[in-house]
Amino acid sequence: MIESSFPLLQAGLQVQPLAVVEGPEHFKAWLVATIVKMLILFTIYLVGVALLTLAERKIAGWIQDRLGPNRVGPGGIAQPLADGLKNIMKEETYPGAAYKPLFILAPAFSFIPALMTMAVIPFGAPWYSRWGVIDMSIAPIPIGFLYILAISSLGVYGIVIAGWSSNNKYALLGGLRSSAQMISYEIAMGMATIPVLLLSGNVSLSAIVAQQTSGQWPLAWNFFGCTIAFFIFFVSAFAETNRLPFDLPEAESELIAGYHSEYSAMKFSMFFIAEYANMVTASALMATLFFGGWDIPFTLWDNNAHSLVASLATAFFFFVKILTFVFIFMWVRWTLPRFRYDQLMSLGWKFMLPLALTYIVAMAGTIVGLNFAGYARGSWVFGLALLALNILFVVVVFLIIDRGRIISPAYSRLDRRNLEKLRQAALDRTRFHPAEAGD
Amino acid sequence: MAIGVKVLERPIEQTSYVRATLSGMALTLKHLFARDTVTIQYPEEKWSLSPRWRGTHRMLTTEDGKAKCVACGLCPTVCPANCIKLVPGEDEKGNRYPLLFEIDEFRCIFCGYCQEVCPEEAIHVGRHYENSEYSREGFVYDLERLMAQTHPVCEMWDPADPKGE
Repeated sequence: MIESSFPLLQAGLQVQPLAVVEGPEHFKAWLVATIVKMLILFTIYLVGVALLTLAERKIAGWIQDRLGPNRVGPGGIAQPLADGLKNIMKEETYPGAAYKPLFILAPAFSFIPALMTMAVIPFGAPWYSRWGVIDMSIAPIPIGFLYILAISSLGVYGIVIAGWSSNNKYALLGGLRSSAQMISYEIAMGMATIPVLLLSGNVSLSAIVAQQTSGQWPLAWNFFGCTIAFFIFFVSAFAETNRLPFDLPEAESELIAGYHSEYSAMKFSMFFIAEYANMVTASALMATLFFGGWDIPFTLWDNNAHSLVASLATAFFFFVKILTFVFIFMWVRWTLPRFRYDQLMSLGWKFMLPLALTYIVAMAGTIVGLNFAGYARGSWVFGLALLALNILFVVVVFLIIDRGRIISPAYSRLDRRNLEKLRQAALDRTRFHPAEAGD
Repeated sequence: MAIGVKVLERPIEQTSYVRATLSGMALTLKHLFARDTVTIQYPEEKWSLSPRWRGTHRMLTTEDGKAKCVACGLCPTVCPANCIKLVPGEDEKGNRYPLLFEIDEFRCIFCGYCQEVCPEEAIHVGRHYENSEYSREGFVYDLERLMAQTHPVCEMWDPADPKGE
């Protein structure tokens, strides 16, 4: 029974050959390949992150019927370069009361984890080259997903340490908020991915991707198998990256700039880059876990081609998926207002966590039931059954529960009698102190 | 909750965060693709100024290139911001002319009284606004500089023709 519950555990291990290290020849190939992959991926990544700052400003401009930056270079394409130059030349200020060692280290603490996460994400189909199998991820470690959970939790340290070491009340409040927020949403995030892990029976990211490429196209993608998990992950990703509507750690209208109030020049820029790097990483994770990773939709040739062309084509599609999610991040940012703090907390703890737990139970029950009935992952019946379950959940969550309960309005916390009392008090106050009666 | 905060009540069965979010996102997406941009690309394109725009001053000249000003002293008198400095002089024929005529554009409030009060139609406020300098002193325009301005002058409001037609 246990084996049949995880039919892809073995398959997952088979399709994920680790670096071949028999003999010096293979080791050399592996070393060269790794270095080349590192150089290429991180160059694309960092340049891309810089360009994303421009993309964000452009999209913001377009959404607000403006033009966005268009002065530096054709269409403003060199704006990140100008920004970088400016930030490097600017004076670095240190607040007198700041704790300097941590103040200096904090930007790095928030920047490095975002980069480290990217190292394990498979960005293309493996290439069966003459020198052995070359995985299209820098470090194809077998505990990929656990590694990501561990490293992404480290990102909060950068923010909290920045807030604390600045010795500024606004920065400290920003840091505190971010720690509360990130811990709350990490739980929901971790819980949301358990159904995905149940389906793949493996925590290795390449196995999760391989399992999504193996079945019939639309149903094999985890988005159709774990829709609710995707939505919980999606919302948590916003909270984890501190993007609107979850940007309470920054909250410029309340906390100046939150945890990076005291930072200037390149150190501020590091926080900024870290935010975008986190966004790319979260997008890559969503693509990997729920949208088939590097899988090219509508086709099957890429799954077993194992050629360099297939690797590059799949990598291209993976980047397209990432950019789509990054666009959604920006689109949401320029649409939604910030949550109130109590809404943030109640969404995380009172809605998403119970939903994720319920979902785990429902998914696990369905998977076990289907396995008992003799349907394995990858068959049509299995996929359709999961799809039906998800449609049921989506209807319940988005049409029935979403009645002032997902995000509760201000008055829902008061009972009617108290509300009347408060109103009466406000009226009396304005009656006796007409000077205070504003609107 | 703070006392006196306005609480807007809506029936709970009509509030839906997801639907509100989606309609908001549809709106922003619509603006993303069908933009209604009104931005003017400033140094290249410029706003067309109203004929009654009151900006940088200009001193008009006679045909022989002299300032029309007769140093009557009305404009420094009427100036509410006290930004005109005028020292009158007289030549051998008894014609008055300004020995010193300075306008501090930084102090000026561009009310246009100087133009209205001028009996010789010499000093004018102009349809021009791009006067930036690196120092405050640079904003004190002397007579030569006022005469050297070439921009069109303001057409003042005419009570007989209030719409400017």
